[in-house]
Amino acid sequence: MEIRLDNVVKTFDTFRAVHGVSLTVQSGELIALLGPSGSGKTTILRMVAGLEYADGGHIYFGDQDATDIPVRDRGVGFVFQHYALFPHMTVGENIGFGMSVSKVKRSKAEIVARVNQLLKLVRLEGLGDRFPAQISGGQRQRVALARALSVDPKVLLLDEPFGALDANVRHDLRRWLREIHDELGITTIFVTHDQEEALDLADRVVILKDGKIVQQGTPQEVCRDPKNAFVLKFLGDANRLTGEVRDRQAHVAGVAVAAAEGVADGPAEIYARPRDLDWSAAGPGVPASVARVLDRPGERRVIATASTGEPLEFDVDAERDIFAGEQGFVTLRRAKVFALG
Amino acid sequence: MKRNVLPGLHLSLGITLFYVGLIVVLPLSALVFKAASLGPAEYWSIVSSPRAVASYRVTAFSALIATLFNLVFGLALAWVLTRYRFPGRRIIDAMVDLPFALPTAVAGISLTALFSSNGWFGSVLSEAGIKVAYTPIGIMIAMCFTSLPFIVRTVQPVLEDLDPALEEAAQSLGGSDWTIFRKVILPLLTPALLAGLSLSFARSLGEFGAIIFIAGNQPMSTEITALLIFIRLEEYDYQAAAAIASVLLLTAFAMLAVTNWLQSRALRYTVKG
Repeated sequence: MEIRLDNVVKTFDTFRAVHGVSLTVQSGELIALLGPSGSGKTTILRMVAGLEYADGGHIYFGDQDATDIPVRDRGVGFVFQHYALFPHMTVGENIGFGMSVSKVKRSKAEIVARVNQLLKLVRLEGLGDRFPAQISGGQRQRVALARALSVDPKVLLLDEPFGALDANVRHDLRRWLREIHDELGITTIFVTHDQEEALDLADRVVILKDGKIVQQGTPQEVCRDPKNAFVLKFLGDANRLTGEVRDRQAHVAGVAVAAAEGVADGPAEIYARPRDLDWSAAGPGVPASVARVLDRPGERRVIATASTGEPLEFDVDAERDIFAGEQGFVTLRRAKVFALG
Repeated sequence: MKRNVLPGLHLSLGITLFYVGLIVVLPLSALVFKAASLGPAEYWSIVSSPRAVASYRVTAFSALIATLFNLVFGLALAWVLTRYRFPGRRIIDAMVDLPFALPTAVAGISLTALFSSNGWFGSVLSEAGIKVAYTPIGIMIAMCFTSLPFIVRTVQPVLEDLDPALEEAAQSLGGSDWTIFRKVILPLLTPALLAGLSLSFARSLGEFGAIIFIAGNQPMSTEITALLIFIRLEEYDYQAAAAIASVLLLTAFAMLAVTNWLQSRALRYTVKG
């Protein structure tokens, strides 16, 4: 089912949570709404679900205008951040709830068969008689997903699906969710503030800020070609240097960096990922002094101060000798330039 | 052993047991002891006398009706107080505790004044042919008044802690409002409702002050058990008073035991396995 948002607006009291967002999700696509807290991503998801109503604009499910269809008739599966499993029902009863209250009458045996099928899909066979309090967080998350899938939804919506889990479980569940999506091919939108999660899982990432879409594209597009400094910084660690653009060259402390077409002459920001900086004892490069060295399993992270006073972070080989207080030069292998202002 | 903030198991347990013994167990055992000093035949003839049985019937029946009424009304009140924000909410919230704070005799006198045939409510009702004061309905109203806070105050905190996402989840799965209330909200409120119900019923069984003014106290029809005990005491018939009181005590005990059992059943799902 294709989902289309057309200039959707939502205001809470005086706070405008979503400003005219337009977005098309292709049928069968897996999309991430990525943004910091307060960016409106959860509000958008809840409006698609029908848990909130849009103050303006339209939401289409295929050709049907779904803007005013209440949640119970909209045919969406929603997975809540803290699972929202019914604590007084067993895992099996939780998964069967949607079928047992449905207008479409099913026999007891039919429901049990479908519940068992879903338990198998989420790899929880044999746990159907447990109560939610008796299973782990990762298992609860999978029950929540099975419950959402039980009503054969047109769209699957997940609100921070892995936010409350520890890192290892999260990693496994992410891969697993992708497999389930590929198997069922159901249109899926999930909300996250974790850029790694979004890039790992989604076909397309929609980056939001202050209730507006800043950029959308495949993980490759947003990573390689961030539209502005916000997107670049949000997607990962970045060093920032200020310089001056002249004739499509950004100049900082005696070093020149190529700027993209369209960057106006004048003051500019230069961003570079820690992996894209190199350290050498002799020039050329931006003069810097090492403040601290942090050892990590795969490399050494160096925290240095550029001669311009700006902090720099970069990685060197694990074997490399480098000491706090050392003076040297930093070169930029790859960088992005944005005009300031 | 884990170090607790309040030290000394021996000391705190000792003090607690001493107080429970002094305040609860001692009077109750004196009661049982007094009643036991009657022979079985004599005991039975007192507790099964027609007047006593009539008093049990009117007390238990009125308490049941009052509790059921409060169950519905108290739940509705708790729901409105937790789910909606409206001007005057905090005042109503505070007023729920008034029946606790008000001397029950004051409540009884005001209710009698309101519901007697020339009172504000009573005059209207008597035109419709309904007599409240000096009938079992009066007893029920007095019981309703004094035991209302129990249901509200036991349900309210549970309702406040109920995750709104549970209702949203049930909605997204296609549940109608009534289904969600019946299958999701009500089962989660059941333990609290049972606790409030047992407290409300026990309180109604033992209520005295608020009832005697409005009940009319006719033996065999509007005389409650607590009053009968009081009358026996006035007559210096301590053994008979104790015998009748022991029936009340046993009823309250049995009822608390049953609700506790129901409550633990309703809370099965919280047991970690």
